[in-house]
Amino acid sequence: MSDPAPHTDRQTWMSLLAKTRPEALAAVWGALDLTPEHALLRGPEIGTVMVQGRAGAVGDGFNLGEMTITRCSVQLGCGTVGHAYVQGRDKDKALQAALVDGLMQTDAAPEVRRVVLQPLAEQAEQRRSKRAAKTAATKVEFFTLMRGED
Amino acid sequence: MYVAVKGGERAIDAAHDWLAEERRGDLSVAELSVAQIREQLSLAVNRVMAEGSLYDPDLAALAIKQARGDLIEAVFLIRAYRTTLPRFGPSRPVETEDMVCDRRVSATFKDAPGGQVLGPTFDYTHRLLDFKLAADGAVPEGDEERAEASAEAMPHIMDFLAREGLVQREEVSGQMPPDLTRTPLELPAERALRLQSLARGDEGFLLGLAYSTQRGYARSHAFVAELRVGKVAVEMDIPELGFAIEIGEVELTECETVNQFQGSKTEPPQFTRGYGLVFGMSERKAISMALVDRALRWKELGEDNVGAPAQDEEFVLYHADNIQASGFLEHIKLPHYVDFQSELELIRKLRREASEEEPPA
Repeated sequence: MSDPAPHTDRQTWMSLLAKTRPEALAAVWGALDLTPEHALLRGPEIGTVMVQGRAGAVGDGFNLGEMTITRCSVQLGCGTVGHAYVQGRDKDKALQAALVDGLMQTDAAPEVRRVVLQPLAEQAEQRRSKRAAKTAATKVEFFTLMRGED
Repeated sequence: MYVAVKGGERAIDAAHDWLAEERRGDLSVAELSVAQIREQLSLAVNRVMAEGSLYDPDLAALAIKQARGDLIEAVFLIRAYRTTLPRFGPSRPVETEDMVCDRRVSATFKDAPGGQVLGPTFDYTHRLLDFKLAADGAVPEGDEERAEASAEAMPHIMDFLAREGLVQREEVSGQMPPDLTRTPLELPAERALRLQSLARGDEGFLLGLAYSTQRGYARSHAFVAELRVGKVAVEMDIPELGFAIEIGEVELTECETVNQFQGSKTEPPQFTRGYGLVFGMSERKAISMALVDRALRWKELGEDNVGAPAQDEEFVLYHADNIQASGFLEHIKLPHYVDFQSELELIRKLRREASEEEPPA
């Protein structure tokens, strides 16, 4: 088994940014209204990651198929480096995610957390709980019938 | 043999222009957007992602539009596009135990811990055409507001059998699996390679093979211990960071079958397992994959080869890929003039010789 799921603060926000839809990130990024000075260290570049499954759900890994990923690395004016690996092929999303990652390591962190990360986390939680409720509505109790022969 | 030909450029251009026109269809009917295909033909999108072996719903929807709904042509477009992208690396193996399930059913235990949820299924519908859909697309009100979402975990049902030692254990060596997109498929193939090949294989081909095992060609009497559909986070180790992050999430369908096994020289009687894992919601494919996976495992389980097609890994793995198959199949409609000319000469010569040998009447 691999290590437990990521849960340092930075892993959590990078994971959140990776899974956010581009429009949603663009909206909160716009609301932040910052144009941080930065240099592009890499990308944004589009590529793939080979997704692995496990034989029999718990056994050895096998290659299931690829998914599209866009990655980007930036250096802010202050020298801080931000990285992003995000799902899909949206270069703006990757750049914004890398800037957010950089800014979260600076004094701007509380503001970025309030305007960008918290709304995104709330949206994700809303989507999750709405879907969980839909799933729960289809919960089924099967029962077997006694046969009448004896 | 195909021999290159020249000429025909004008005709080819005109054919492609007409293709674009036919793709668009009647101009008085509104054009389909890629987003409409992604949202409203999602099971077609899922199939193209699974067999195209690239998870990207927008790209799959675009491919379906471009291919006029020909899903194998769409898979071809996705496979071709994939080769233009650099690969950043492998993910960690996804943990389907942590799947956020939209659907989870078991045919073996009615009181499965975590419960059974049907999700958005065609099961138990009457398969009657719904003419209301032709009139408008109104969505019925769901009663999800009244349903209390359960926080109960959904452990794999197979684990309960495994804990009692009633089912064969899965090996974990932690080795990097082979990749048939990087190294040509060679036989004998280990299970990881077979699973990769089946996961991207043609649904119809696997369905036929799986059905053949049910009808008696290498029967293994499969029960669906568990079928689950939902979202799973994909984690990847990021070298420049030195830790793993989630880089996205994918919808997967997973099928675990529990199969009869009489025991062998080395193993006591116990259940065995077949496994299917497919991108998107794709139950028919996942169940088919599990049955074919199980049939292909005869050697490692010490079973007899009864000569059934589904047990023959060369037959299965070399014919499951619909892009390889349609590439070779469809090339025979391209000009083979020189090739055929020689055949024609030959048959004329043989006929001439035959008639010369005939005794005069």
